[in-house]
Amino acid sequence: MNRSHRHGAGSGCLGTMEVKSKFGAEFRRFSLERSKPGKFEEFYGLLQHVHKIPNVDVLVGYADIHGDLLPINNDDNYHKAVSTANPLLRIFIQKKEEADYSAFGTDTLIKKKNVLTNVLRPDNHRKKPHIVISMPQDFRPVSSIIDVDILPETHRRVRLYKYGMEKPLGFYIRDGSSVRVTPHGLEKVPGIFISRLVPGGLAQSTGLLAVNDEVLEVNGIEVSGKSLDQVTDMMIANSRNLIITVRPANQRNNVVRNSRTSGSSGQSTDNSLLGYPQQMEPSFEPEDEDSEEDDIIIEDSGVPQQIPKAVPNTESLESLTQIELNFESGQNGFIPSNEVSLAPVASGTNTEFETHAPDQKLLEEDGTIITL
Amino acid sequence: MMKFRFRRQGADPQREKLKQELFAFNKTVEHGFPNQPSALAFDPELRIMAIGTRSGGVKIYGAPGVEFTGLHNDTATVTQMHFLPGQGRLLTLLDDSSLHLWEIVHQNGCAHLEEALSFQLPGRLGFDGASAPPSLTRVTVVLLMPAADMAALGTEGSSVFFLDVTTLMLLEGQTLGPDEVLCSLPDDYRCGKSLGPVESLQGHLRDPTKILIGYSRGLLVIWNQAARCVDHVFLGNQQLESLCWGRNGSTVVSSHSDGSYAVWSADAGRSPTLQPAAATTPYGPFPCKAINKILWRNCESGGHFIIFSGGMPRASYGDRHCVSVLRAETLVTLDFTSRIIDFFTVHSTQPEDEFDDPQALAVLLEEELVVLDLQTPGWPAVPAPYLAPLHSSAITCSAHVANVPTKLWARIMSAGEQQSPQPASSTSSWPITGGRNLAQEPSQRGLLLTGHEDGTVRFWDASGVALRPLYKLSTAGLFQTDCEHADSLAQAAEDDWPPFRKVGCFDPYSDDPRLGVQKVALCKYTAQMVVAGTAGQVLMLELSDMPSEHAVSVTSVDLLQDREGFTWKGHERLSPRTGPLPWAAGFQPRVLVQCLPPAAVTAVTLHTEWCLVAFGTSHGFGVFDYQRKSPVLARCTLHPNDSLAMEGPLSRVKSLKKSLRQSFRRIRKSRVSGKKRATTASSKLQEANAQLAEQACPHDVEMTPVQRRIEPRSADDSLSGVVRCLYFADTFLRDAAHHGPTMWAGTNSGSVFAYALEVPAAAACGEKRPEGAVEAVLGKEVQLMHRAPVVAIAVLDGRGRPLPEPYEASRDLAQAPDMQGGHAVLIASEEQFKVFTLPKVSAKTKFKLTAHEGCRVRKVALATFASVACEDYAETCLACLTNLGDVHVFSVPGLRPQVHYSCIRKEDISGIASCVFTRHGQAYPGFYLISPSEFERFSLSARNITEPICSLDISWPRSVTRGSYRPQESPKLSQANGTPSIILASQSCDGSPDPAHSKGTDTSEPPEAMLSPMSIDSATSADTTLDTTGDVTVEDVKDFLG
Repeated sequence: MNRSHRHGAGSGCLGTMEVKSKFGAEFRRFSLERSKPGKFEEFYGLLQHVHKIPNVDVLVGYADIHGDLLPINNDDNYHKAVSTANPLLRIFIQKKEEADYSAFGTDTLIKKKNVLTNVLRPDNHRKKPHIVISMPQDFRPVSSIIDVDILPETHRRVRLYKYGMEKPLGFYIRDGSSVRVTPHGLEKVPGIFISRLVPGGLAQSTGLLAVNDEVLEVNGIEVSGKSLDQVTDMMIANSRNLIITVRPANQRNNVVRNSRTSGSSGQSTDNSLLGYPQQMEPSFEPEDEDSEEDDIIIEDSGVPQQIPKAVPNTESLESLTQIELNFESGQNGFIPSNEVSLAPVASGTNTEFETHAPDQKLLEEDGTIITL
Repeated sequence: MMKFRFRRQGADPQREKLKQELFAFNKTVEHGFPNQPSALAFDPELRIMAIGTRSGGVKIYGAPGVEFTGLHNDTATVTQMHFLPGQGRLLTLLDDSSLHLWEIVHQNGCAHLEEALSFQLPGRLGFDGASAPPSLTRVTVVLLMPAADMAALGTEGSSVFFLDVTTLMLLEGQTLGPDEVLCSLPDDYRCGKSLGPVESLQGHLRDPTKILIGYSRGLLVIWNQAARCVDHVFLGNQQLESLCWGRNGSTVVSSHSDGSYAVWSADAGRSPTLQPAAATTPYGPFPCKAINKILWRNCESGGHFIIFSGGMPRASYGDRHCVSVLRAETLVTLDFTSRIIDFFTVHSTQPEDEFDDPQALAVLLEEELVVLDLQTPGWPAVPAPYLAPLHSSAITCSAHVANVPTKLWARIMSAGEQQSPQPASSTSSWPITGGRNLAQEPSQRGLLLTGHEDGTVRFWDASGVALRPLYKLSTAGLFQTDCEHADSLAQAAEDDWPPFRKVGCFDPYSDDPRLGVQKVALCKYTAQMVVAGTAGQVLMLELSDMPSEHAVSVTSVDLLQDREGFTWKGHERLSPRTGPLPWAAGFQPRVLVQCLPPAAVTAVTLHTEWCLVAFGTSHGFGVFDYQRKSPVLARCTLHPNDSLAMEGPLSRVKSLKKSLRQSFRRIRKSRVSGKKRATTASSKLQEANAQLAEQACPHDVEMTPVQRRIEPRSADDSLSGVVRCLYFADTFLRDAAHHGPTMWAGTNSGSVFAYALEVPAAAACGEKRPEGAVEAVLGKEVQLMHRAPVVAIAVLDGRGRPLPEPYEASRDLAQAPDMQGGHAVLIASEEQFKVFTLPKVSAKTKFKLTAHEGCRVRKVALATFASVACEDYAETCLACLTNLGDVHVFSVPGLRPQVHYSCIRKEDISGIASCVFTRHGQAYPGFYLISPSEFERFSLSARNITEPICSLDISWPRSVTRGSYRPQESPKLSQANGTPSIILASQSCDGSPDPAHSKGTDTSEPPEAMLSPMSIDSATSADTTLDTTGDVTVEDVKDFLG
């Protein structure tokens, strides 16, 4: 299991935690109660106070254990920053109007030749021109490569986010045969391949799928032994949150696990999220985020709304306790695998998310929860 | 490689045991007429009949309920079958020239059929020589000589081999080669030509040593097997088709390829007979087709019957399938609608009797079996108690109603009897009466309803092994169709020579495709039913015991609801006949609702307590109050961009079908005008199939491999508005405090509409509801995000049980539902099952079948499964059939997978489309079509299985040592072994395979009905309209074509 953070980890400094905050050329040092970090807005006020910039809109970032500059803009990532700071929480503050958005993300601090990250990542000195676009939270990812740490390098697990957009998924699959190495030598086995990408479709625009890639899994379920029609049906059934594991026909562009894994906690990152580091576990569940899958209900008032999750009632408790138990092990730092919606958004949504999270478990009822 | 760990509910041993007690999958019996029959045999002593099929199947039938089934290891056509009379043994000849000996073996008191021996004629044999090509030894005819336990095999190479039947060993020394025969022939007849294949072998009834051998060239020889010499020769010159040897041995009848038959006298001493006593071409003088088979039967009352098939004038009636029955001056040409396979007469076979005295003639046709009573003047047809041609008109939908109340059963029976009065005389009863049915009288009555293309609904008794026709309801009489000429056709045929007589009920021609029945629903408590058809007609009928004459109220409902921009390009609606019409006793129409546009009805449901019927088409759905005869609701579900829905018939296959039908109709018309049919129906069909295949895969696609587009369903897919299911429920829709009538509709695009209905409440239960308008208010609308078609909707009560049918609760036939709240609605789509709470619709549980298994849901039903171990224990589960032909069972409301079985081949799309589940308390059968003419019955419950349990009084010589090579354990019984039947245990433990087993043992009474609360609850089963029957969806076709 691959846990990047543990609650209460690094508990050497129990009570307080040192904070070093940098704004322009100025540094401020102060301390925080590690156990009671408070809310982000309080922290934001505190920063404005200690730097004496009460009416200036700023962006707050911190250096995480890999030396990446990550934003703090809601309670969630604030708590994360506090809980992972060891021993020191480094805060970087920029004026919003002057902000260099590209500063955020993986390897960002490295490029600035930050001392801290240079220690951690001595190998990375390449320079790339930064394209300033916008805040990552203004985007929705359309695809991602996930689970790089647990897959063989020859495989690629690609997640396509369909949302409600008009762009077609845009690919076709076909039957074919692939060669496998077996104890009896090489063997030809039937397989499913990507046969065509529709120009302008989602699949093509991501660049992560190509013609003749062999499809190995659809949302965690192996396709070997399944017919083309079955795989088609599985893909369509999962089309709103499609995770396909392929063996790319072109093996030259494979993700090579970089060496920092050895230096750090072995966390995997989601390389594709516009360079945005993944904050939570690389969990992978076929039970996709149900907020996306929700059916729409129109009450007689005529206002459409998403169907909320049911609170368990007594009769289904028996079955539900089973699930609760199942989840106990994964409970540690349970944040739904929603790498996307957790990307910094307005803090208001976070509270709603919190209330959603326990309910989501109830939907995992069908006994096919996949954990890593 | 990453390993996923699936957290399934742990394999709880107790649960596993319970599952075994609840569920078991068995295919029990095949109902209907065997597909593609190819051979027929009759055992006059045991009075059993065997039918062989082109796929190598063997089916033996006796009295109703007596049925044995066997299947050859190779799927070769069964070309001939012969019973060893009285022994329960059957010799079959396949078209690969192998012989197989089948035996009816008693085991545990009930009999079954198993293959005992097989024999393949070796290629290298004495007379044929080593150089003979294999075709020379092909067996053409078989004659059993039971007295000597021998069989004679006639071959293509003019030889006759003899075989010991008990061991299937060739009797080497006895083979009769053509040389032995040739030497007794005059030289001028011999003239160097070969005799041709042996066409016929006939035994002498009284003198077992004599055999009549007919060679293709026309030579007939009476061979004395004991003396090994030729007794007599008849020097025929016409190519021989078949022979019949008269009872006393003095008359030989031969039929020929030119349509003539000849009668030879065998009393003329030793010298060769040169000329027949008489020769006739019955349908001459113009060239005639061959007489394939001829029978000569003499009668005590003087004269004789000559029965032959074929021989029709080649030019004018060469395409007819006819059997001619000639007695003295009376000739009847039986005109069948399908090819004649074989026929036999039921007559006396005692050697000491002077006369044959045929009682009945049984004709096996490609599509049905017809039995004529030859003792009653006019030779009427005897209604068959089984082997009914289910497909007499193509089956378009089916439904099963279990636990039919006895009162309704009796009323349907009497309606059926009035419809086709049983022949009065006792002699004309069914002649095939062998064996005894040991199966208990079924404790529950099951009714199978089949809707047909010609607008009829047939009612079948599906309680037992034999599917018996009960009643036929025709809806065509209500409409004006263009099939009026049918009567004139019949008349025109009558004045003609030959004297045709239409026999049999197989009629694949439907004159108006709009009459086709799409959906059927029957309320077994009120005897009301709704029949919905292809042209949007929804017909409410009510069972009446008296004939009456009344007008039917007609209403049309516009489902487009004034949507602009749509023009229906399909068929017209049917025009109903106006004014009072006479109706026979039985189901009489009361109300006709016609949907506009007149697209085929895709869903229908009935609530007799509220007097409401709901119906849906590809455009929308409506609710109709048939008590007040007023529409309650009409709602359009059509997507604005959907143009395909306005095209009329839903698929290309349908339109092809239509064109086929038109070509059939053309053929039929040409038949009336006396012209020869250009091509046969089957070749037409093949042509059409080829055409379809071509259409489906254009040539350029053949170059690239098959590929599938991956795209989520979108809102504007075509045909998204097709209403797939409709459901009435008394539940909580608007608030948790008040429950009331609701109506639910699900569409092809994953939309669910729920309406709250205001139905004036009945004063007391059982009474009709007071007059007063019914109102419908839209309560909720659910759009499933995955947009898969909604297959079924059901409301579960507070205990998680499905709500009972109308009247079940109020008449104490079912446990009253828990109305204390906590209701939930189960919505089954083609991809997943979901349970939502009510009244606030929120997802409670779900199972994504397609995402996990890659299969789509085709049929769904909720059913109560009773445990074999514990009388009172039962569970309600969701059974579903997928597009891969698997049956899955899920718990309700937890939606946990319980068991799954593979049931139907996934290529068999018509089987999957025709599958019908029933909600049955104990046996839980389902049916699906294995061929156009046969229903396979399967059972999902571990309890009570309907399967043939029967015995036969067999008297083969026990002295023969046979056990040595007979396998002791029967593979055929494996089905029954898995689930020991209660019937077997209680009744047949003493039923040893004793030939003297008295005929009166099957008097044990059926057990008292169990009155445990569970069985009462389970007695509520009926065919819920949950599932959609018999329709081939566009996806099915795509699956198939793709």
